[in-house]
Amino acid sequence: MSDTIDVPKALSGTGSWLDDRFHGARGLRVLMRKVFPDHWSFMLGEIALWSFVILLLTGTFLALFFVPSSAPVVYHGSYVKLNGLTMSQAYASTLNISFDVRAGLLMRQIHHWAADLFMAALIIHMLRIFFTGAYRKPREVNWLIGIGLFTLGLLEGLFGYSLPDDQLSGAGLRIFEGVLQGIPIVGTYLSFFLFGGPYPGDIIIPRLYIVHVLLIPGLILALITAHLFIMVHQKHTQMPGLGRTERNVVGQPFFPYFIAKGTAWFFFIFAALALLATFAQINPIWLYGPYSPVQISSASQPDFYMGILEGSLRMMPAWEWNFLGHTISFSVLIPFAVPLTVVLGGAAFWPFFEQWATGDRSYHNVLDRPRNAPIRTATGMAAVVFYGVLWAEGANDVIADYTQIPLYTVTWIARVLIFVGPAIAFYVTRRICIGLQRKDRELLEHGLETGIIRQLPDGEFIEVHRPLDEEERAPLEAKKVPALMPAPGSEDENGVPAPQAHGALGRARAIANRAFAETITLETNGHGNGHGNGHGPPEEHAEIGPGELPESSIPHSDPLLWHPHEEPPEQS
Amino acid sequence: MSDMEEVEGPEGSGAPVPPHRVIGTPPPTPRLLGSGADDGGAADGHGAEVEPAEEKLPEVSDYPAHASNAEKIVAFCFVLAFIAGCGFIAAYIGLEVGSVDSVFRSNLALGLSLSVALVGLGFGALIWVRQLMPDVEMVEERHELRSSDADREAFDEYFVEGTAASQFVKRPMVRRTLLLATLPLAAIPIVVLRDMGPLPGTSLRHTVWSPGRRLLVYGTNQPITPAEFSAPGQSITIVPEGYTDDLDVLAKATVTLIKFRPGELQIPTVSNGGTLIGTMNWTVDNIVAYSRICTHVGCPVGLYEQTTHHLLCPCHQSTFDASTGATVIFGPAPRPLPQLPLTTDAQGYLVAKSDFTQPVGPSFWERG
Repeated sequence: MSDTIDVPKALSGTGSWLDDRFHGARGLRVLMRKVFPDHWSFMLGEIALWSFVILLLTGTFLALFFVPSSAPVVYHGSYVKLNGLTMSQAYASTLNISFDVRAGLLMRQIHHWAADLFMAALIIHMLRIFFTGAYRKPREVNWLIGIGLFTLGLLEGLFGYSLPDDQLSGAGLRIFEGVLQGIPIVGTYLSFFLFGGPYPGDIIIPRLYIVHVLLIPGLILALITAHLFIMVHQKHTQMPGLGRTERNVVGQPFFPYFIAKGTAWFFFIFAALALLATFAQINPIWLYGPYSPVQISSASQPDFYMGILEGSLRMMPAWEWNFLGHTISFSVLIPFAVPLTVVLGGAAFWPFFEQWATGDRSYHNVLDRPRNAPIRTATGMAAVVFYGVLWAEGANDVIADYTQIPLYTVTWIARVLIFVGPAIAFYVTRRICIGLQRKDRELLEHGLETGIIRQLPDGEFIEVHRPLDEEERAPLEAKKVPALMPAPGSEDENGVPAPQAHGALGRARAIANRAFAETITLETNGHGNGHGNGHGPPEEHAEIGPGELPESSIPHSDPLLWHPHEEPPEQS
Repeated sequence: MSDMEEVEGPEGSGAPVPPHRVIGTPPPTPRLLGSGADDGGAADGHGAEVEPAEEKLPEVSDYPAHASNAEKIVAFCFVLAFIAGCGFIAAYIGLEVGSVDSVFRSNLALGLSLSVALVGLGFGALIWVRQLMPDVEMVEERHELRSSDADREAFDEYFVEGTAASQFVKRPMVRRTLLLATLPLAAIPIVVLRDMGPLPGTSLRHTVWSPGRRLLVYGTNQPITPAEFSAPGQSITIVPEGYTDDLDVLAKATVTLIKFRPGELQIPTVSNGGTLIGTMNWTVDNIVAYSRICTHVGCPVGLYEQTTHHLLCPCHQSTFDASTGATVIFGPAPRPLPQLPLTTDAQGYLVAKSDFTQPVGPSFWERG
C-alpha cells in the first residue's frame, strides 16, 4: 500500500471498528497478498463454482413460482395448445413460469443451462486435476470431495429435471423407478417408500422438490465450502516453470488482481449462460406435454451427464437370474452400478494406488505435465474412452439415425468398444507420452530448429539449432520420475528377498512400480543411469554454429528408454 | 528480505511488459485501519514473530503509458453495461408476456440486454486488471503443512492425558453402555421413514384387469369391437374401463392392441411353473393384447413396426416380436411382454378374460 493513497475517513473508521472487534486485519492482510498462479486450466473449477452461484440465484427465483404438487388441475393459461388439459400443478406452474411470468422463461433456461455447465465444468476440472497429478499429497481429500460433489450433482440434476412433470422427465423418473425395483431384497420397498406406494403416486414431486432445493444444495454448498477452505489453506498447485518450486507459489495477489479477474470470469460465465438461454432453447416442456405413463416419444434422451447411465442400460444384454423364487436383474443392476463405480470409484481409489505403486509419500505442489506420467495419463484416457463410449451409446438411436448404421449394429459396436476402446486408448496414449518425452529430450539437447540452413565448408547442409533459454528449459527439466523399488523376486547378496517385493501383493506392486517409473531420461534431471548429471550450463550441449552436426552431437544414439528391467542404479 | 527468492523476468524473450517485481521494504504504517486511536494496545508483542513476507506492489508511476486509453475503454464497457441493464428493466416493464410469440420476444430482449450488461461488466473488469493495473508476479512461500514436532508431541500428550482423565478406556461399562445408548438413536432416522409408503405386498403382481372388464381406446375412452379393429397391421393403445384417468393404474395396466392378418399371428403356448402365460386362445380374430409396459425398466413400448411386427421401446431399444408372443429379439429386456387374455362380451366389445397371469413391467426381487 502506497503512502500516496489517502484512505477516506469513513473507510478507516469502519475498518478500525471491525478490526477492534473481530481481529480481521491479521487474516485479511495475509489473504490480500495470497498468490494465485496464472494458468488457463485453473479457471475450470471456477466455472463450476460460478455456475453453482447462478444456479442458486435462478433457482430461488423459480421456487417463487413453482408449485411442487402432483394434484391435477385443468390448464387455462397462456399456452393455448394445452388449454383444457388435465395436468399436474407442477407442470401447470412450469408452463406458467414460461409463459406468464416475465423473465420466467429466461430464468428457467439459464437455470437448466447452468446445471449442464456445472456438470461439464466439474468433469473438465476433474480431468485437469487428474492429468496434472494435482490430487497427490496433500490434496487427496479435496479430490475425494470433488468426486462427492460430482455424485451429488448427478442426483441434483436428475431430481431437478424431473420436477416439471413433463413427458420427457416422467420417462426418466419411470426408468429411475424401474432401476430402483431391480435392487435385490430392498428394491421393491425402496420404490414403494420413495413414491409413497405404486408408481407414480402423488407425492413424488414434493419429495423430489425438497431434496432438490434444500438437502442436496445444502450438501453441495457445504462440500464446496470445505473444498475452497482446504484449497486456500493448502495453497494452489502450480505448473512447472522457472522459479516455481515445491516450496513457493508464483502468481498474482488476491487483492486486487484475482478479485478483479474472478469477478470478470463470473460475469463472462453468467453472460455465456444468458446468451445460451436467449438463443438456444433448452427443455421446452410445453412441447413434450404433461406426463402420462401411457405415452413416450422416440429419441428420449436425458441431460448429458446422465448419458453414461442411459448408455449402460441400452448396451446391456438381457441377463437375469431366477433362483429360489427370487429375481436378480443383471440387465438393470450392472448398468446402474458398474460404470459409475468404475469411473468414480476408480478415480477415488487412484491417488492411493499411485502412492502405493510409486512409494511416493512426498508433497507435490508443482504439477506434472501429462506426458511425464505416461501410466497415469494413459489410464485417464482409458477412463475417458470408457465413459465416452457409454455416453455415446446413450444416444445410439440418434447416432443410428444420423449415420444410417442400423441401430442394433451401433449397439454391438458399443458393446465391443467398451472393452477394446480403453485398451487401445491406454496403449496409444502411453506411446504418445513417451514420444513427447523424447521430443523434450531432443529439445533440451539440441535446442529449437531455427529454420536457418547453413552450408558447411565441405558442402554439407545443416539446420542451425537455437538452444532453449532458461525459461524454456525450466518446465522440461521439472520432470520427476518415481523411484524404482526392488525388482520382483530380487534378493540381496545374502539371498534375502526384498521385503517390498515379497508375496503376490509385493510382486504386483513391483510390476506397477516398474510401469510408473518408466521414462525417457533427460540429461539434466539425471536419473542416475549412465551419462553425466548435466547440471552445467545449457550451452554445453547446444552450440549454435556451423560446427554442429546433428548426428555427431547426440552423445548416445540409441533411444534412452529407461528399461525397468535393468538393475536400478540406486539399489545395490 | 534479502534471501527472498528472486524470479527473473523473461529477459530478451520479447515479452512486451516484463512482470514488475519489487522486493519488499518494511510496510508503512497501515492507514486503512486508522492509527490505533482507540485500541491502546499498539504495544502488544504477540504475533510479531510471524510477520508474513512483504512484497510491495509497483507504484502508480509504473503504469503503462496507454493507461488513459485503457481507462476510456473500461469506462465505455461499464457505461454499456449500465445502458444494457437499464434496457433489461425497460424490456421487463414494456414487453408483455402471455402468448408464445410475446414470450419469445420478451425472452430475446431480456436475454440480450442481460447478456450485454454482463459482458460489459466482464470486459470492463478484465481490461481494468490487464491494462490498468501494473503487471506483477509475486512469490509466496509455502508454509509447512505438517505441524512442528513439538506441537505433534503436545497433541499426543494432551490426547493421552485427556483420554486417561475421561477414563473412557478404563471403564468399559460406561463405554459400552454409551455405545448401546447410541444404537437406537442412530436407527431412528431410518425407522421414522417407514410411513413414507405402504409395503408393496403382492400389488406388483396384479393389475386392475379382471374378467369382463372392457378395453377402452386411449384418448377417446370408447369400447371397441373386433369388427371396428379390423385393418391388419393396426395398433392402438388400450386402457382399462373405469380407470382411464388413474395414472397409478395406467402405469401398470396399459395395453397395446394389435391386429394381424390371418396366419401371421402364431403365439406358441407357453407356461411358467404351471401357469399359462401365452397362447393363441387369448386372441380374438387375430387381435392380440400385450402389456405396454416394458419388462426392462417400465417405459411404454411405444413403437410398432407393421412390416416386421416389431414392438420397440424407445428408451433402451428392447425389441419384441409381436407375432410370436412378444418374445425379445434385441435389447436389455429380460422376458416377453405379458399377454392379456382377450374375449368379447355379450355386446361384442373386447374385454379381458382375466388379469395378466404374470406380473407386468420391470423385474423385482420377489417376482420369482
